[in-house]
Parts: sequence; structure tokens; C-alpha cells
Amino acid sequence: MNNSLTQERNERYDKYVKAVTPSTSMPKSLWNSFWIGGLTCCIGQAIYDIFHAIFPSFSQDMLGNMASMTLITIAILFTGLGFYDVIARRGGAGSFLPITGFANAMSSASMEFKTEGLIFGTSVKLFSVVGPVIVNGIVWSTVAGLIHLIIFGRI
Amino acid sequence: MGVVLHKGENCGFTDKTIIPTPKHQKSGGKQTIFFNNPPKIIGRMSVVGEKEGKGPLSDYFDKIVNDAKWGEKTFERAEIDMLMSAIRGSIESAEIKEEDVDMLITGDLLNQLTSSSYAARDLTIPHLGLYSACSTMSESLAVGSSFVNAGYFDTVVCATVSHFATAERQFRYPLEYGCQRPPYAQWTVTGAGSTVLSSKGSGPRITMATFGKVVDFGINDLNNLGAAMAPAAMSTLTALFEETGSEPGDYDLILTGDLGKLGSDIMRDLMIEQGYFLGQNYIDCGNMVYDVTQKCYQGGSGAGCSASVINSFVLDKLEEGEYNRVAYLATGALMSTQSCYQGETIPCISHAVVIER
Repeated sequence: MNNSLTQERNERYDKYVKAVTPSTSMPKSLWNSFWIGGLTCCIGQAIYDIFHAIFPSFSQDMLGNMASMTLITIAILFTGLGFYDVIARRGGAGSFLPITGFANAMSSASMEFKTEGLIFGTSVKLFSVVGPVIVNGIVWSTVAGLIHLIIFGRI
Repeated sequence: MGVVLHKGENCGFTDKTIIPTPKHQKSGGKQTIFFNNPPKIIGRMSVVGEKEGKGPLSDYFDKIVNDAKWGEKTFERAEIDMLMSAIRGSIESAEIKEEDVDMLITGDLLNQLTSSSYAARDLTIPHLGLYSACSTMSESLAVGSSFVNAGYFDTVVCATVSHFATAERQFRYPLEYGCQRPPYAQWTVTGAGSTVLSSKGSGPRITMATFGKVVDFGINDLNNLGAAMAPAAMSTLTALFEETGSEPGDYDLILTGDLGKLGSDIMRDLMIEQGYFLGQNYIDCGNMVYDVTQKCYQGGSGAGCSASVINSFVLDKLEEGEYNRVAYLATGALMSTQSCYQGETIPCISHAVVIER
């Protein structure tokens, strides 16, 4: 078959498929991720305030860490009980971006690959979903640090 | 913005000079074979999971298993059990013994065809493993019928299986991972189907088979398999029509495997380009296996999708006499998880068999 003909056919088909394929409704997804992500953050702040009321002597950093840890625990619990993915299906970036999304990605992978054993399953595949997040986090924060060092002469 | 498809409307894809019609492709040789001693379908069994059991076809399935793990430790083991139960059930329904079966032809979606081979390990029947993704059921029927027609084997069992949880793990993300699917995605059917073909006995006959060509129209979106596979179904169905001199009206039912709602709409449009209008007698297994409230996006997919539908609803209706002639084309996407990340597009295939009463 003629190559340019095939290419032209594929381009036409691609155009046609794009026209008939249903797309996600932008306002709806934005609204859902806004309120689910916002609610997660509000819950985090509430946990922070409750800890602050119980332990008034703790530093802000300490309280922040405690609130994050509580959120992570809740997210892992929800993943294990099987309804985090139901929330995430609606929430999109709203449930993916906060720390809870990271906890879900790691715990779901560890649950999924438990069947291959602790070493070859869970340990090997634990970072299969979050690996790119960690790698890019380290690489780009290093780049940002270097730029800061060059411009301001200090870290 | 979604564009509403009207049948026969100009979709910007109507310039016939650009689309190589099968007339140009035909030089490659005939794709259709006719069976002079048509094998009969003497036994069959369909097994599905909970979600499929709640769908519109629930009354037709032979066995519905509500536990996704079948009481086993892993989903993979459950998939093997499901295939096993379908094979054993179909042999039982044919009222023959395991020793009477000369050949077992099975397929599934997992790497190295593990479900098929592990199921065959526990059976004392010669085994052929086939892979053409979701089109394996019609491929196995075509291959099995060829054996029986030629007289090499008297009784052949053809079976395929797929499981939502194992397919998700292999092709996508962990089950509990919270990710969003686009509205054009499909849902892998948890199900298995098994058919017993025999030169003796009575039942619906397989009279011809069309072996498909690998067709690639350049779609590279892993979620839009319906659009990727529709051209393969079009190519095979057109070949079947042209080489047998038949037209859509000659069939009581034209059944594609798992194009889903979007894919079957595209299929109708593609067939109009080829000069064939698919009317009420065209349906898609993926489109009918779930109902709208089950939130399965465009419908079902997977090797077990068309296998469970053909071995329940369709053969029921054929035996009852509601249908006399059914063209069944399962469609398969032949990509791997690596190939798409390497920038390859999705090659697809479709094999057709014609089942007559």
C-alpha cells in the first residue's frame, strides 16, 4: 500500500475519531476537583487545629507533620477499605494532588502486588506508580536549588 | 464538544479515493473459507462475574460468580478456575466425557497465556494456545472448525477467558489506585465462554470463517480501543460480504466483539463508506453486556466479553430459532504495554465466523 496514502487515510481517520469521541466536561471536572481537593485541605486544617488545641506547646512544624500523617493514614485506610478510588474517580486532580493521592498510589500498589510476596511483589512494585513523582521531585528541586545558589549565592 | 453521529452523515471521512477499499487489497488472496462438513456446536457454557451478572444478559448466563476471587488467593488463580469451569461445563452440557475431546483451543489476555496453559495442565487433552487479544474466541472457533471440517479431529473445545482485575494489573494501574478514566474508555469483562465443536450430533453449524488482516489506522490512544478496532472489523466484514456475495440483510444478526458503543457507531460509519448499511441486525457484545447505570463508559471489552455473550444469549437464540444466520466477528487490539509508550500505534485484527441454524 502506498505510504503517503496510508498516512493521509490515518490523518483523516484520526480527525474523524476526534470529532465523534466524547470528551470530559471541563467545568464539571474543575468543580469536582475544586471541592474535593478543597475539602481535603479543610479537613487537614481542622486536624491541625484540633492537635493545636490538645498540644498547645507543640511547634507549627510538628503540628503540620502530625496533620499530614493523619491524612496519610486516613487515605491508606480508605484505599484498603476500597473507597478511595471511588472518590478519586470523581475528584480527579483534587484527590490526586494532595498528600492523600501519593498515599493512595503507594498503598494501592503494595496491596496489588502482595500476591507475588513481600520482596518480589510489594518491595519491587511499591514505587511503580509514584516512582516518576519521586524522580521528578528530586531532579527539579535540585535544579531549583542550583538556580537559587547561582542567583543569590547561597542555598 | 461531543459531535452527535447521525447514520450516513458526512463525517469528514467520506472521500472514497483515499480509503483503500478491499477491492484493492484483495490481491493478497481470499480470506474466507467454507466448511463442507460444517462442525456442530453440541455444548457450551458461559461463566461471568458479579458485575456482568447484574447486566441486561444476566438471565442468559449459565453461571454467575459473585466472588471476584472465587475463594482463591489471587485473581489469576480465579481466572484459571473460571476458564476451567467453563471448559468442564461445556463438555458436560455436550453429554460427552473429557476423554472424548480431541483438542482444546484456548486463549486469554495475560502474558504467556498463563490462564490457558495452567487450565490445560489439569486436563488430559492436547492443547493449542491462541492469542489475538479480544478476538481469540472467533479465532479459536475458526481454527477449531477447520480441524473438524478437515476430519483431523472429531471433537474440539474452544474457550477464552478474561478477568477485570488481572487485565487491569497487566495493562493499567493497581485496582485501588484512584485514577480517572476518560468517557470513551471500556471495562474489561470478567467472564469465560467455552464451545464444544463436533462432527457428530446436532446443533448450530459453523459454515464459514473469514480470517482477518492486521489493520492499523494510526490510533495510539490506549483508552480508545473501540476506535482502533473498528477498521479491523470493517476490513473483515467487508471481505466476508464480498467473498461470499452476501450483504448485511442476509444475516439475522451481525455481532462484533467488543467495540463498545463508540466503536460500533464508528463501525457503522466505516461500513457506509464501504457501501454497506448496517441496520437493526448489527449489535456489539461490549455494548450489550452492561447497562447504562453500571457506569462502564462505552461498554465491555476483553476476550471473555464476546465469549460469554456468544455462548449464552446468541447461541440460545440460534437454538430457539429466533436467529438463523449469525455473523460473529470478535475484534482484538494487538498492542502491548511497552509498544504504545515506544510511540507505536495500535494494530488490530478481527476474525469472523458464520454460525447457521
